[in-house]
Amino acid sequence: MLSVRNLSLGVRENEEDIEIIKNITLDFPDDRFIAITGPNGGGKSTLARLIAGIRTPSAGQILLDGQDITALSVTERAKLGISFAFQQPVRFKGLQVKDLIRIAAGKDLSIVDACEYLSAVGLCARDYIDREINASLSGGELKRIEIATVLARGTRISVFDEPEAGIDLWSFQNLIQVFKKMRETVKGTIIIISHQERILEIADSIVVISGGEVTDEGPRDAILPKLLGTDAALQACDRVLS
Amino acid sequence: MDIIEKRIIEEIADLHEVPEGAYNFRINSATDSRRSTANIEIRTKEDKPGIDIIIKPGTKHESVHIPVVISETGLKEVVYNDFYIGEDSDVVIVAGCGIYNCGNQDAQHDGVHRFFVEKNARVKYVEKHYGSGTEDATGKRIMNPRTEVYMKEDTSMEMEMVQIKGVDSTFRSTLAELSAGAELTVHERLMTHEDQDAESEYTVELNGDGSSANVVSRSVARGTSHQKFISKLHGNAKCAGHSECDSIIMDGARIEAIPEITATSTDAALIHEAAIGKIAGEQITKLMTLGLTEQEAKEQIVNGFLK
Repeated sequence: MLSVRNLSLGVRENEEDIEIIKNITLDFPDDRFIAITGPNGGGKSTLARLIAGIRTPSAGQILLDGQDITALSVTERAKLGISFAFQQPVRFKGLQVKDLIRIAAGKDLSIVDACEYLSAVGLCARDYIDREINASLSGGELKRIEIATVLARGTRISVFDEPEAGIDLWSFQNLIQVFKKMRETVKGTIIIISHQERILEIADSIVVISGGEVTDEGPRDAILPKLLGTDAALQACDRVLS
Repeated sequence: MDIIEKRIIEEIADLHEVPEGAYNFRINSATDSRRSTANIEIRTKEDKPGIDIIIKPGTKHESVHIPVVISETGLKEVVYNDFYIGEDSDVVIVAGCGIYNCGNQDAQHDGVHRFFVEKNARVKYVEKHYGSGTEDATGKRIMNPRTEVYMKEDTSMEMEMVQIKGVDSTFRSTLAELSAGAELTVHERLMTHEDQDAESEYTVELNGDGSSANVVSRSVARGTSHQKFISKLHGNAKCAGHSECDSIIMDGARIEAIPEITATSTDAALIHEAAIGKIAGEQITKLMTLGLTEQEAKEQIVNGFLK
């Protein structure tokens, strides 16, 4: 089980101390689909980055099966089985989609196997496997490739930072299917940061983070009704319109 | 040919055995072996060191390999190779030079290549540079290639210039003159490390209507190495020219990119792009989240960039 204990992150900006994460304690039980939601700027993405090791907390602990991993590097945490899908996927000049998937899988995958992961995220593998991960790919394409790398890793904990951000409605429909399928087939914990009602609907439990604190958490059926109609859970159409 | 020379040949020409088609292996300033074919004749020059490579008109899908190896410390040579590429031919030419220097004197190969590309001919030219030697060797490995390309009407030339490792000092100068409908593509890939020095200068004269040139350089400078890239595109007709220099700078290296475009015709369309930057931190982070160490991540990014 992944846990965070009294986790805090403060930064100094314009000679002012700001607490981005305030004393958060949470458990992420194994093999669960957990959605983290809440208003923008509330600290959700920061929490995800703290879990992946991209940011370092100013206080508190991150535990994996009781082992304190707070001081471990991004690489070490990745090797322990934590994957992280970026909200804004990174572009690489020269690296091809198949290179990234092979790196993610940690072995010399056959092209056929690499294609499986692309197909799983709704990309026609033949068209993409040799593409460079550069500016020629659209935001939606990059996002799906990002998710494919996490699938290829197949680790016990996968963290997705707003997978819906920056993709069009058409892609979004497919994305929901991808997560539904992942929920059915992948063993392991899925932590997904999202504002989307349709993603929250498939979660086992929901955590609401606002102002750097956990303001609510519990099973989906207990939390979701309270969120509907708020910023935390907008219909896809509403978000596009707003 | 000894084991070291064979290994160098593998490195610069991807050759593990005697190639098909015509070839000329030059090792330590002497011809090691040569084969001409019915359509491709290789002749020793009479007035200066070097060879003439004469490709008959209409020769299709044939190749010429002309690797050069220097494995003697202190050896310096200037070699003149002229390629006469007949009308309507379609050929692959693989050159390349490898220097193995395990002594304390400099070894140097200056190759002057001239290409006379006749009407409607297509050429793919690959040139790889490679250097190695023993750790304690103080002699430098130096290569200064000069390439001239004269392209007649409706010709096409694709040049791949690669220098990834082990060359201490290089000054590359390339000149191309394009007639109407001629198309030139250059892909240069360069990596320098330690205190190496590499300079590359391209001058492309777009003289004919419908001619086009695309000169793309990707380079990585590490250690305290220095690189200078100069591209000059001169649009003298209704033509299209594009040059791009994209560099990753690391450690204490220094890179200069000097693009120059000059138009003497209102119908010339010329573009240059140049960018120098370090590896983006988020690229490293992304690969670390996939389980690579920081060092492995940098290697992957550099390898991909130079692929």
